[in-house]
Amino acid sequence: MSGTISEERIVGIDLGTTNSLVAYMQGDSPAVIPGEDGSNLVPSLVGLADADTGQFIVGNVARKVLIEHPERAIYSVKRLMGRGIEDIQDELKLFPFRIAEDVKPGEVLRIRLGEREFTPPEISALILRRLKKNAERFFGEPVTKAVITVPAYFNDAQRQATKDAGRIAGLEVLRLVNEPTAASLAYGLDKKKDGIVAVYDLGGGTFDVSILKLHEGIFEVLSTNGDTHLGGDDIDNLLLTIAMDDIVGDLKLDIRRNGEAVQALRKAVIDTKIALSSQTEAMIDVELPHGKRYQRAISRELFEQLAEPVIQRTVSPCKQALADAHLQPSQIDEVVLVGGSTRIPRVRALVRELFQRELHTELNPDEVVALGAAVQARILAGGSAATQDMLLLDVTPLSLGIEALGGVVAKIIQRNSTIPASATEHFTTGVEGQTNVAIHVVQGERELASDCRSLARFDLKGIPPMSAGLPRIEVKFLIDANGILHVSAREQRSGKQAEIEVKPTYGLTDDQVEKMILESFDYAEEDFRQRQLIEARNEAETILHALEKGRRHLVWHRLSKQESQEIAQREAELNQVKAGQDHKQIRAAIEELNKVTMRLADLMMDSAVASALKGKSMDKTEFKNDVTAPHPIAPAEIK
Amino acid sequence: MLHLAQTETGAACWSCGQAASGHFCEACGKIQPAQGTDYFSFLGLPRKLNIDTAALEREFYRLSRKLHPDLFARGSSREQEWSTEKTSQLNDAYRTLKDPIGRTQYLLELEGVKLEEQSRNATDAARQSGTEKQQVVPPGLLEEVFELNMQLEEMRMNKKMGEDDPNVTRDLQQARDRLEQKFSQLGDELKQIWDEWDALPELQNTQARTTVRDRMVDLLNRRSYIRNLVRDVNEALA
Repeated sequence: MSGTISEERIVGIDLGTTNSLVAYMQGDSPAVIPGEDGSNLVPSLVGLADADTGQFIVGNVARKVLIEHPERAIYSVKRLMGRGIEDIQDELKLFPFRIAEDVKPGEVLRIRLGEREFTPPEISALILRRLKKNAERFFGEPVTKAVITVPAYFNDAQRQATKDAGRIAGLEVLRLVNEPTAASLAYGLDKKKDGIVAVYDLGGGTFDVSILKLHEGIFEVLSTNGDTHLGGDDIDNLLLTIAMDDIVGDLKLDIRRNGEAVQALRKAVIDTKIALSSQTEAMIDVELPHGKRYQRAISRELFEQLAEPVIQRTVSPCKQALADAHLQPSQIDEVVLVGGSTRIPRVRALVRELFQRELHTELNPDEVVALGAAVQARILAGGSAATQDMLLLDVTPLSLGIEALGGVVAKIIQRNSTIPASATEHFTTGVEGQTNVAIHVVQGERELASDCRSLARFDLKGIPPMSAGLPRIEVKFLIDANGILHVSAREQRSGKQAEIEVKPTYGLTDDQVEKMILESFDYAEEDFRQRQLIEARNEAETILHALEKGRRHLVWHRLSKQESQEIAQREAELNQVKAGQDHKQIRAAIEELNKVTMRLADLMMDSAVASALKGKSMDKTEFKNDVTAPHPIAPAEIK
Repeated sequence: MLHLAQTETGAACWSCGQAASGHFCEACGKIQPAQGTDYFSFLGLPRKLNIDTAALEREFYRLSRKLHPDLFARGSSREQEWSTEKTSQLNDAYRTLKDPIGRTQYLLELEGVKLEEQSRNATDAARQSGTEKQQVVPPGLLEEVFELNMQLEEMRMNKKMGEDDPNVTRDLQQARDRLEQKFSQLGDELKQIWDEWDALPELQNTQARTTVRDRMVDLLNRRSYIRNLVRDVNEALA
């Protein structure tokens, strides 16, 4: 087991709301791996290239699809990871997500793209697969292991969904690292200085703040807070709303139902937002349908007024993080800025105000998280001189609780506990002879279970029947280094390992993930060819197998010598090409063999019909496909 | 979510078969299975309440550098599991023992005092009867609490009526200051009881132990009572 991984590449991936990146350790410093277009950032944008072939394209190349066929493209899918339909009502008002109509509360979401439906982890997997390909192209060898970053404030379901996405993309996810923590690793590599660091991470769709204590290479997170639905996207939406109102009012044009025009306008307002970080005024300028054009100058003052409520939402998480770390702003030694939205001057001013410190912006705020992920990948691979003595001690962002009597939450692991963290609880029965106990696990800070995020319901089964209150079931909850919960249980009086049936509230079952791994081959860009080859080979096997049976059939002797010779020749040809790599050649050979065996097939069919008339069952005839077996991986039910 | 298999504890190292105790095999250096243990034993500390917290932190960092799952990413799945479990024990132990109150409560639980169960039962009972959880007023505070409750009631009434009586506000602020002073005095008192506890001979369930233990329970109850009072006053003043 050990000793092999160090030779393998482990990449660090920042799977962002707006952009995603893959990085690795180049010698002793982390570096981003560019894509084919030379760009370090892969926009987290997935589109169906055309409705028929079902081929996906990811990143910048998908922009054209987004503009021309918005119904076949999706962006900001990170906002949907690990969430249910009832959680995303606000999102649906602002983002053009097309959720399948039959998704019920408590189910994993399905997004419509063209004619098909995909879960958020499957879409994210397409982005990860693109990054994987970029890395493989760069190294010239397969990449199968990765560290992936997640917002520190992601809950269990969101983390699990990210891990599932990795698996679907063919990546073994060795660790999920919190984004602000990763950023501090990237900074810590040069600094190697002890002290208290605050990381303020405002990205496209998520906000995190983490307070860390750096001590001789140990990065100990003291507290973290945030909002997984707050970011630059929200500012874009405000600008977009203003522009739409203008367009309706001044140009008498309602473009809300015109996906193409909305996307063009969205791009224009984002350009304006970016320009306003370096200029005091910028123009929204966009061509609209019917030859109309929208232009409006936006001053930085107006922009800041508009963005202020969004930016202010980051204040209370910062204060809470400080309070949880038992620190005053004056005790913070350094402040690190992460995420594209920290380029906004007003954001910088606010952070300066909050922490009363100058800000670190030496590293590119778009890249620093991926760079940190690469550092952590190196640590997991066994480390090197550069990462010597570096160790991350992270925390769980949310309290873990169990629903108790009256629907209130009994907290068993407090937020900001260093992970791995565990808690042991004891349960008993309330009814004579009861053999099952149901447990509802939630995450969050609120008093009532209904106000927290439901993680899972457990059924403890197989409890030996005893008087009420006599069984003593010990349930152990363990949050691992990825921030993901594991549960085990034991009945203590009988010593029996209680069986647990876990129903994740918004997660995919293992079987579903396995199925998606298989299906993902159908959709991957470059695997498409491989898939066609496999299918052609399978078809070749089927016809060769049928021919084998035909040889043993009575009607075989009714073929002429020339006919059977011709069959033998085509058979040999197919056998030869099927070992090759060209699916078209295989298909052609199949076609040829089909042609020369047509009379054989007819003869066999006639004979089958004759047998059937004699009362024999069709099953007994040779030339018949096997009855279709039920799919080996039927979707599991999640309630 | 996965099931974590329960690990068996054995005296021989799973890897080399030599006798092994502690977190690592002395002979081959391999991590050993996690065992059910108390936080003091896990960190190799005596069950005493005066702890050098700087030394505790150093030990926490030292063990983290040896046990953390990041160091076993290349190990077998068993070793990864044990490392996760042991690190969770380490983290839980450090978190509990570095906090003076958490440490005292934990030690009392080890000594058989069911603090948490008592509190939870009281909460459940209160909820079932639909009343607020009643804490027994510590005898030394009876008079103070009686007066305070009247002032709080007055303050709430005033608030409801939209009135503002500076006298009540001032009284409450003064009461809060007195309570906070009492609260911080409890810290000194606790330190005294710690010293007494630590001076007692271990392994003997003598009358002296029971007496000191009960005094600690009493102090923690008073402490939590005062903390709740301060919270109520702050809410009323807000």
